[in-house]
Amino acid sequence: MSDISITVEHLGKLYHIGRRQEKYKTLRDSISGAFLGPFRRAGNLLRGKAAGAAELDEILWALKDVSFEIKQGEVVGIIGSNGAGKSTLLKILSRITEPTEGKIVIHGRVGSLLEVGTGFHPELTGRENIYLNGAILGMRRTEIDNKFDEIVSFAEVEKFIDTPVKHYSSGMYLRLAFAVAAHLEPEILLVDEVLAVGDASFQKKCLGKMSDVVKEGRTVLFVSHNMAAVQQLTRTSLLLHRGKLISQGKTADVVKHYMSALINCSVTVYDVENTPRRYRDLSRQVEFLTVELENHQTTLVPADAEILVRLTVRGNEYVDKFRFSMSIYRADNTPVGNLLGPEIHSIKKGEVATFRMELHDLGLARGMYYCNLAIGKGNYLSKRTEFDIINDVLYFEIMAPGGEDGVMSEWYPSWGSIRFKEPKITRIAHACSG
Amino acid sequence: MILGYVKFLRCVNPGKINYVIIRKYMKTDDYHIKEEGKKQSVPTIIITPSRGWVSLKLHELWEYRELIYFLAWRDIKVRYKQTVLGAAWAIIQPFFTMMVFSLFFGKLARVPSDGIPYPIFSYAALVPWTFFANGLSQASNSVVASSNLIKKIYFPRLAIPIATVLSGVVDFILAFFMLTGMLFYYGYVPTINLIWLPLLLLLAFVTSLGVSLLLSAMNVQFRDVRYIIPFLTQLWLFATPIAYPSSLLSKPWQTLYGINPMVGVVEGFRWALLGTNTAPGPIIVVSSLAALSLLAGGIFYFRRMEKYFADLV
Repeated sequence: MSDISITVEHLGKLYHIGRRQEKYKTLRDSISGAFLGPFRRAGNLLRGKAAGAAELDEILWALKDVSFEIKQGEVVGIIGSNGAGKSTLLKILSRITEPTEGKIVIHGRVGSLLEVGTGFHPELTGRENIYLNGAILGMRRTEIDNKFDEIVSFAEVEKFIDTPVKHYSSGMYLRLAFAVAAHLEPEILLVDEVLAVGDASFQKKCLGKMSDVVKEGRTVLFVSHNMAAVQQLTRTSLLLHRGKLISQGKTADVVKHYMSALINCSVTVYDVENTPRRYRDLSRQVEFLTVELENHQTTLVPADAEILVRLTVRGNEYVDKFRFSMSIYRADNTPVGNLLGPEIHSIKKGEVATFRMELHDLGLARGMYYCNLAIGKGNYLSKRTEFDIINDVLYFEIMAPGGEDGVMSEWYPSWGSIRFKEPKITRIAHACSG
Repeated sequence: MILGYVKFLRCVNPGKINYVIIRKYMKTDDYHIKEEGKKQSVPTIIITPSRGWVSLKLHELWEYRELIYFLAWRDIKVRYKQTVLGAAWAIIQPFFTMMVFSLFFGKLARVPSDGIPYPIFSYAALVPWTFFANGLSQASNSVVASSNLIKKIYFPRLAIPIATVLSGVVDFILAFFMLTGMLFYYGYVPTINLIWLPLLLLLAFVTSLGVSLLLSAMNVQFRDVRYIIPFLTQLWLFATPIAYPSSLLSKPWQTLYGINPMVGVVEGFRWALLGTNTAPGPIIVVSSLAALSLLAGGIFYFRRMEKYFADLV
């Protein structure tokens, strides 16, 4: 029993989210709404409707029936796509917000690196902020006294320790903030992609600190979008999807599960006309109707095969010049590259046009990929505008080539995603043999 | 089994305190297991949804007393940063109000002042009043203003308004120096009753905190509160005998007047410093009871609403 660090039983968290805004039809309605609204709201309150939810009718279970156990000293990754409930889980574990149902038993102090630098006051000096931030994080004054020098040297801000932090560079600020949080030494540490801050050498330091924490036998929960980082740092993982825990076990298996089950790989035609866009304020003067992975019956693409993408677009207004662009991502959300088409197409109002984009020699290594597509015009000099952007489409998997090309079939994630062309190597100097 | 008893402990210093608490809740046979295990026990936290009236968890607040200290210290340090006059503002505010009062109420309207020179009569009341009113308006906005903390880190939320009201004590002390100067000027010799001043200040603190807790918790949900506060302090100013003496009321009503806790504070200050003959004993008793019930109501309401803070703020 004593080696269990966190027990979570049937955890659920319900949010009341905003009802979609009613559209006022007439000026009269909107004026009377403005006047009567407060009275109606006050009336709702007096009638005892849950005050905060007075106008929030739609509900959302951010987490539902989540149960798991974490052993002491384990480093556990929490993965899942956006809105899966990862952050909500961390918020509940760190007691920032209360669960709606269920029970959690935690053995040990919980420290979180949800966002470093919280509570820093720009007017106070580095020294003062260390004490203030330490106190906010739950450290005793004597504890801070003991660790003060260590924190300062970790953050590399010795010279500026008595300068108000508003004069710090953003790098110094982050280093100091992280240093305080990193010296909290809780039994359980919650980390939320905080390692993405700072320059490379500082990141290395942070990773070192994290592995120290692990070596000391403390429990770490690590939330990240970046599957590569999760695979590097954790041995076991939890997979959340829409508030439910759907997989748990060895990180490699869970990541595989995430990529295979949650990413729909059998589709080659995407009908995106009515898909909600991530960026809602786009003008949509030209918009995507369908995108299709054309030359392959399945989403499996042989290595080095060309990829043909068929794009059907509609002009909602006359546009004299526009171009397509596309970003390719690895399935673990690492960006791979971007391509911009020539700005030569035009479209009339109401016209539906189909284009074919041919991609040769991408040199992608084996693995799963997806794309974001955009229609836009202009460049960095003239003003750049995008008419329409669609995210997370065209999932495909690059296969390892058959045959004797053994290099390609064995490809490590740490090598990146691009297999550059075979270099030309010639011997340019001869050693004399006598 | 043991841990079932240890409900909700958060121990910053696991070595000592937790040990004591665990011991208290443990059956004897469990006790040995824990004793042998290790001397550094870790705290156990149980998180469940709270329902209805929740416990106040004042012991937890006590654990975080250093946080209250640091938050108050931050407020004090930052308050007069980048101002030209700096801490002089603590004196200017009540002093200028006193001048305006003396001119309009004292000179023009000839409001009685229990036979005491009007300037010192009103200033002696304005010093605790400014402490109360500033504490009230700042603390009522404090929770919303600390949204970045509340959304990111757990700590007893009560610490925020408490620290904010507490930080006003420094301003009070500065304004009080001015008050002693005026006492000299008008030739008043403080009496032994002076020793009651800290308690009277505590009464003002409790009142300010009680109201702030209610308003700051409401403010999280209804930002209307922000607009109510200036109103409220202004009305309260005139509902308190600052510009006029409470002796304008007949005897039984005077005591009832103490339901406004600031009446007790203000009359107490005048009695302790200026030796007004209105012995404010009964008023102060009524005021103290009123202030304590305000505080109790405030704390309970605050603790009850607390769980929504991170989601709403």
